[in-house]
This record gives sequence, C-alpha cells and structure tokens, in this order.
Amino acid sequence: MRQGTRENVLTDDERAVLLIVQEGIPLCAQPYREIAERLGTSEDRVLATLESLLDRRVTKRLAAVPNHYALGVTHNGMAVWNVPDERVSQIGRALGQRQEVTHCYRRPRAPGWPYNVFAMVHGMSREEVLAKISAISRELGLEAYEHDVLFSTRLLKKQGTRVRDRELRHAPEGAP
Amino acid sequence: MTITLDRTDKLLINRLQKGFPLSSRPYREVGRALEIEEREVIERLQRLLDEGALTRLGAILNAPQLGGERTLAATSAPPDRLEEVIQAINRHPQVSHNYERTHEYNLWFVISSEDEADIARVIREIEDETGLPVINLPTLEEYRVEFYYELPVDGAGQET
Repeated sequence: MRQGTRENVLTDDERAVLLIVQEGIPLCAQPYREIAERLGTSEDRVLATLESLLDRRVTKRLAAVPNHYALGVTHNGMAVWNVPDERVSQIGRALGQRQEVTHCYRRPRAPGWPYNVFAMVHGMSREEVLAKISAISRELGLEAYEHDVLFSTRLLKKQGTRVRDRELRHAPEGAP
Repeated sequence: MTITLDRTDKLLINRLQKGFPLSSRPYREVGRALEIEEREVIERLQRLLDEGALTRLGAILNAPQLGGERTLAATSAPPDRLEEVIQAINRHPQVSHNYERTHEYNLWFVISSEDEADIARVIREIEDETGLPVINLPTLEEYRVEFYYELPVDGAGQET
C-alpha cells in the first residue's frame, strides 16, 4: 500500500508547482502561464507537471472546494453498521458507489464500538441526512444490522492535506 | 451565516467541484460550458472566494499517494472536561480533523503522519495527558473518498 514518503515522491519542480496550486490557481485569463512566470519556467512545463501529478494520482484533481458550512450544508452524519466480516467488503463497495456517500471505509471494531463499516453523508438538515441514510440502508438491505448515525455537533479542527516546503517540514511541534 | 447564491453560481460550483480544466485558457473553457464570458467566470469566482462560499480553487492532494499514514481515533470526554480534552487533542499538528459527535465516544479525530510509530505516539500522549482511553480505528479498506455535494439548482436536472 505504502507509496513512499513525502520526501521522495515529488521532484523539486513538482513540489514548487504544488506549493502554488494547493493554495490557489491564479484568477487571471492564463493562470498556468502566470504560475510559470513566477517559477521562471514555461506554461507547457507547468501543464505537463500537473498532468503527471494527476496521472500518478498524487493530485486527485484541480477543483473548487466549497465551504459547505457557508453554503448551508451544515449537517454531516457518520453512518455506521456492524456487518458480518465475510460480507463487509461487498457491502462497503456497494456503499462506496452511492453518490450521497462522500467517504466510506472499513475499520476495526473496538471496546464499546461494535461497528465495522463507516459512511459519511452530508445535507442541509438532519432530516435530509437521515432520509438519505434510510434510503441507502433499505436499498442495500442493511436494515437488519446493528446501526447508528453520529451527527457532528461541532467542527473543532480541519486542515486539508498539503505538501510542505522542505525547510518547514520538520517544524517543531506546536509550530503553526 | 448562509451565503445566497444565484443559479449561475450554483452551476459554476457544481461543475468546478468535479474538476478544473488543464488548458491555456481554463476560465474561457468553463465559461463556454455555462454560456458566460471568461471575464464573468473569473469575477464570479473572485466573489465566491471573497465571500467564503469557496474555500479555494486549487489542487486536491491524494494523501495516501503522498506517503504517510492516517487513522481515525475517538475518545469519550466527560462533559465537564470537554474543552480541556479538545485542547489536548488539537494541539498536536498531526491531528488534521476533529469533530464533536453525538455518541458516548464524543470526540472523533484524524491523525496523519509520515509513519505509524508517530501516530501511536500521538495517541499515547493524548491518553497520558487526559487519562482517557483512545480507540484507534485505522482504515482497513477504503471504498470511497470523493467529497462532492451537488447544490440543488432550480430547473436543472441531476448533472453527471
């Protein structure tokens, strides 16, 4: 599974491009040329670098990231089920196909925690989230399994994945 | 506070959530699809970013491909100690997300690091500092990680 550390997976050129585009694509008619000028390279080089990062799935995509809270998508439910181990992969894959599910994983059980499949569902109200989860549960035949939905009541910390500049990578703990 | 968007804003956001073109004039390409001018696309995006409707327009990185490990962990903090426990968790830079949730296990957090030993160490430190047991639920299989929420648009069917 492991693809290597952040140290060796990126070339210096790739890291330089990512450091810019992870924060934001410039809002001008030719944004990739603008990036190229900042880095002292060509637009074609920047496009080729990004294409390679996308092909290797180091970058999932270039895209707009909505602030879901600001847009009213304020409710997120973590739906969990306790399904038999021999069915978990099949059920997980079926859950993962659903458009309403944004994240879906198999995880171990733990003391006080009998569930082994997790699916995140978002919506503009609790009712919307619950309605989506009931539909999923019904359509995939999960109603017989032990189940719960954990709503988030507060977002306490959130930071997207970022690559760091080499010099900063081993910043001491507590550094911003 | 909820931001109000017009129909074109919503169509633009729905489209750009899925991807942004890798071409010399990407905003013109987006504008063509929505039948608006390149300049208008840029102006709308500037406003959506300024107002905070969009967090950013940029590269979404694939954490597992970049190397490193991550796990989901949870603990059960007594109500009267909640804020203190939250601080003990959030002060670790390896904690990327933390949510309060409706369960006996009321704090759920993601720990990411270059190596597994570091994750175990962070969990141990949180346990030592708070005196509370932490459950560690690493991903055994991943079935989907694709954050896309289609904003409902009047008069537009489900886009694909």
